[in-house]
Amino acid sequence: MQLCLSIIIDPSFFTSFIMSPLLFLILVPLIAILLIMCGAPSRFMSLAATGLNVALGLFLFFHFDTRAGEWQYLQKISIVPQLGLNFTLGADGLSLIMLVLTTLVSFAAIWSTPKIEHSPALFYICLLFISTGLVGAFSSLDTFFLYSFHEIALIPVFIMIGIWGSGDRQKAAWKATLYLGAGSFIVLLGIIALYLAAPINLRSFDFRVMKELSQSNISHPASWIYLLLVVGLGTLVSLFPFHSWAPSTYSSAPAPTAMLHAGVLKKFGLYAFIRLALPIFPSAIAKFSTLLLLLLICNILYIGYVTMAQKRLDFTIAYSSVMHMGTIFLGLIAFNRLSISGAVLLMFGHGLSVAALFCLCAALYRRTNTLDYKDLGGLARLIPKISLLFGFGTMASIGLPGFTNFAGEMLIFFGTTAAVIINKGSLSFIIAMIAALWGVVISAIYMLRAYRNVFFGPLSNIQRWESIKDLTFFEYAPASMLFLFLLITGIFPRLIVNLIHTALP
Amino acid sequence: MNPLFLEFTLVLFGIALLMVEAFFPKLNKKIIFLMSMAALVCVLLLTWLPMLPLSMASASFYATDPLALFFKRFMLVMTMMTLLMSVYFIPNIQRGIPGERPGAGVGEFFILPIFACASLMWLVSSINFIMLFVSLECMTIVLYIAISYLRNDPRCLEAGTKYLILSALTTGFLVYGISWIFGVTATSSIAHLGKAIAMMPAESMPPLLFGVGLVLVAFCFKVAAFPFQFWLPDVYQGAPTPVTAFLSVASKSAGVVVLFRLLEQLYTVPILGGKILTLITLLAIMTLLFGNLAAIAQTNMKRLLAYSSIAHTGYVLMSLASIGAALALPAIGFYLVAYLVMTSLAFIVLIIVTNASGGDDIYHFQGLHTRSPFLAAAMAIACISLAGLPLSAGFVGKFLIFQVTFQQGHYGLLGVGTLSVVIGIYYYLKVIKVMYWQDPTPEALPINISSFTTLLMTLLMITIVILGIYPTPILMSLK
Repeated sequence: MQLCLSIIIDPSFFTSFIMSPLLFLILVPLIAILLIMCGAPSRFMSLAATGLNVALGLFLFFHFDTRAGEWQYLQKISIVPQLGLNFTLGADGLSLIMLVLTTLVSFAAIWSTPKIEHSPALFYICLLFISTGLVGAFSSLDTFFLYSFHEIALIPVFIMIGIWGSGDRQKAAWKATLYLGAGSFIVLLGIIALYLAAPINLRSFDFRVMKELSQSNISHPASWIYLLLVVGLGTLVSLFPFHSWAPSTYSSAPAPTAMLHAGVLKKFGLYAFIRLALPIFPSAIAKFSTLLLLLLICNILYIGYVTMAQKRLDFTIAYSSVMHMGTIFLGLIAFNRLSISGAVLLMFGHGLSVAALFCLCAALYRRTNTLDYKDLGGLARLIPKISLLFGFGTMASIGLPGFTNFAGEMLIFFGTTAAVIINKGSLSFIIAMIAALWGVVISAIYMLRAYRNVFFGPLSNIQRWESIKDLTFFEYAPASMLFLFLLITGIFPRLIVNLIHTALP
Repeated sequence: MNPLFLEFTLVLFGIALLMVEAFFPKLNKKIIFLMSMAALVCVLLLTWLPMLPLSMASASFYATDPLALFFKRFMLVMTMMTLLMSVYFIPNIQRGIPGERPGAGVGEFFILPIFACASLMWLVSSINFIMLFVSLECMTIVLYIAISYLRNDPRCLEAGTKYLILSALTTGFLVYGISWIFGVTATSSIAHLGKAIAMMPAESMPPLLFGVGLVLVAFCFKVAAFPFQFWLPDVYQGAPTPVTAFLSVASKSAGVVVLFRLLEQLYTVPILGGKILTLITLLAIMTLLFGNLAAIAQTNMKRLLAYSSIAHTGYVLMSLASIGAALALPAIGFYLVAYLVMTSLAFIVLIIVTNASGGDDIYHFQGLHTRSPFLAAAMAIACISLAGLPLSAGFVGKFLIFQVTFQQGHYGLLGVGTLSVVIGIYYYLKVIKVMYWQDPTPEALPINISSFTTLLMTLLMITIVILGIYPTPILMSLK
C-alpha cells in the first residue's frame, strides 16, 4: 500500500514516463513470456516476439540520426533519487549495433530450435528471458540496470544447460554459473567503487555521468578499480586465464543457448569494457597495457594451438570463440578510433558467425549423433546445403574478405599499427600485433582442417550415413539469415562504422 | 494517540481471543485465524495514526523514532505471514497434539504469535536496558511454548529443550552484563550510554568492556552470529515450520535493531568504539563464512534455510560494522524487509511440499517443476532473491549493504562478502537444480494448490520483483 501511495504522491514517476522505443524492445519478450505462462503456444509466441524485435531493432538502427546528439531514444525513471539511481534507457551507435545483434541472434536461435521433448514452454521462456536480459543490458545507461539485466540472462543459461544439455551437462552448468557469478560480482564491486569515487553530491550510477566526472577531473577513480573490471569482465569474456568455463559450456549447452551465449551474452563483457573502462581509465589502460597484452597473446596463441588440437567439431568452435576474444581485446587495448571501431565490427561479425556455426553444428549432430572428426568425413556429397553454409561460417570465422569479420580484423590491425607508432615502437604492441596476425593463420588452419575433416575426404562409413537427410527449411533459414547480414555488413561496413563513430569521441 | 497503546491494544486483542477460544471450544478454528488476522491488521492500521508525544518519563525508556515505527510494522507483517503459514500447518498440529476433541491446540497456535509480536514491538522501541530485558523475556517465553508445540514429536521437544536451556543461559549473560554496565556508568539507558561512558573515569573501562562483552554475547545468540549459532539448525529443524519462519525473521530482526541501537552508542566512545568495530567485523566475517560453507553440505531443506539464515545474519553484521555511512540504517531495514518476503515465500512452499511429500528433505523437491510448475517457479524466485541475483529484493538489499561497506572502506569484509555471495549462488541454485533438472520420484504425485494460495504467493513474488526494481518507499520510511 505504501508503494502505491508513494507512486501516486511522487509526480516525477509519471512525468518521466515518456515511452522510449527501447522499452518496447524489453517489454515485447516479457509479454510473450507472460502469455506463454498463461498457456499461449510457446513456439509461435516466441517467434512472433523475437521477429517483432528484429523489425523494431532494424527500424531503430536505420532511424538513428547520426548527425543529432550522441544519445537518442532517451527515457529516465527515477528509482532512488538519494543514490542517483535511475532507470535510464537510451542508445547511441554502439548500443544499437549490439541491440541489432541481440535481436537477430535471438530470432535465429528461436527459429532454429528443433522440437523439444521435455517441457517446451519452459525452454522458450528461458530463451526469451536471455533475450530480455540482453536487450535490457544494451539499452540501459545506468550501470545498476546494466549489471542487473546481464545477470537476468545468466540464470536461464544455468537451467537450460542442466535440463536440455548434452554430455557432462551438470558439471558444465555449475562451472559456468560459478565462474560467471563470481566474475559478474567482481564487476559489481568495480561499479560500486566507480560510483563511490565521485564526490558525494554528484554520485550517479549513470555511466555517462561517471565518464563526465572523470574526464573533467572531478572524480579520480583509483587504477585498482580498473583491475577489478578487467578481472570481472575478463571472466565474462573468457579472457585467459579465466576462460576455462567457456568450452565445456558451449559444447554442453543446447544449440540455441550456445548461440545466444557465445554470440551475444559473451559480448556483454566487451561492451561493458568499452562503456566503463575505456573512457574512465585512459591512463590505467596505458599503465597496465603490457599485462593485458600478455594475457591476450595467450588468448590468441595458446588457445589457438589448443583449438588446433581439438578432436571434436563443437570443441573447435567453442575454443575458437575464446581465441577471437583475444583479437577483440587487442583492438580495445590499442585504444584508438580505428582499433576500437574494428573491435566493435568484429564483435558484431563474430556474434553472427559463431551463432550460425553453433546452429549448423547442432543440425549436423542431430543427423550424425557424433561430432568426432574420426567418425566423420566426406559428408559434402550427401548433405550439400549444410556443407555450403558451413563453408560460409568457416570463411567468416577465418576472416576472409566479404565478411564483417574481415573488416573488423583489418581495422584492428591498422589500429594496432597506429598504437605501435603512438607508443614509439612499444615492443609489447609489436609482439601482440605479430601474434594477432599469426592468429589469423592459426584460425585458418583449424577451421579449414575442421571443414575438411567433416565434409571432404573419403566417406568414412557409407552404410552409416545412408539415410542422412539434408537441412530442412527451419534449419537453413536462420543460418542463412545470419550469413546474409554478415555479408551485407561485410560489403558495406560503413553501415556499422558510421554508427560506431557517433559513439567514439 | 499514545504510541504505547499499540502494544497494549495488541495484547488485549490476544487475551480476548484466548477467552473466545476457551469459552467457545466448538468454534471453527478458521474463525480464530481470521480474528487474529483482523487484530493484527487493525493494529497495523493504527500505526499510521498521528502519535502524541510521550511524557518525559515514558520517553526515557520508549523510543518513537522512525526506526521503531518501521520495525513495529515489520513485526506485525511478519506475524501475519506466520499466521498464514500456520493455516497450511493445521494437519501437522492435529497430529502433534493428541486431544480428546479434534482441533485441540489449533486455536492457541494462531493466538500465541500475537503475544510474541507485541513483545517484539515493545523490544524495538526499548532504549533502556531494563525495558529491553523485560520485553526480550516476554518474547522468549512465548517462543518456548511455540517451539515445542507438537508434543508428540520428539524432534520438536528436543528443539524446545535446546532453545530453553541456551536461551536461559544467554538471559543470564544479559542480566549479568547489564548489571556490570549499570555498575560502572550508573545509567540503564541505552540512548545515553555513549555520553555516560564518556564521563566515566578511565579505570572503569575494563569492567565496562566485560559488561558490554556479555551483552553482545546475548544478542549474538539472538541473531545467531558465529560462534553463538550452534542452537540454530537443530531448533529450526525441529520447531513447527511457521515458528521457524517467525524465529528466523522476526526474532532475528529484533536482535538486529537492538544491536543497532547499542552499537550506535558504543562506536562514539573513542577507544572502545574501535575495539567493538573490530569485533563486529570479525563476527561478520566468521558468520558469513560459517553460514555459507556449512549450508553447502545440507540435505534437509529446513536445515539449508537455517544455515542460510546464519549467512544472512552475516550480511546484516556487515552493515552493522558500517553504521557510519548515511545509508546504513535504510540498508539494514531494506535487507530485513527483503529477507521477510523471500523467507516467507520459501517457507510457504516448503510447508506445502512437505505436506504433499511427507518430508522436508531436499530430495522431496525433486522434479517439483513437473509436479507443480507454479510452486517450482515460486521457490525459484525465492531462491534467486535469497542468492542475491538482480531485479529481486535480495539483490538490492545486498547491493545497498555492499555499497555502505565500501563507503566505510572495509575491504577485507567486502572480499569475504563477495566470496560468500558466490557460495550462496551455488547452494541456492542447487535447490533450483533439484526442482528443474531432476525427475520426480515415481511415487510423487502432482500437487494441487488452492486459488487463495496462488494469490498469496503471486503477491509475494510480485513484491520481490517490485522491491528489486523500486526500493524507494522502504528506504524513504527509514530516512
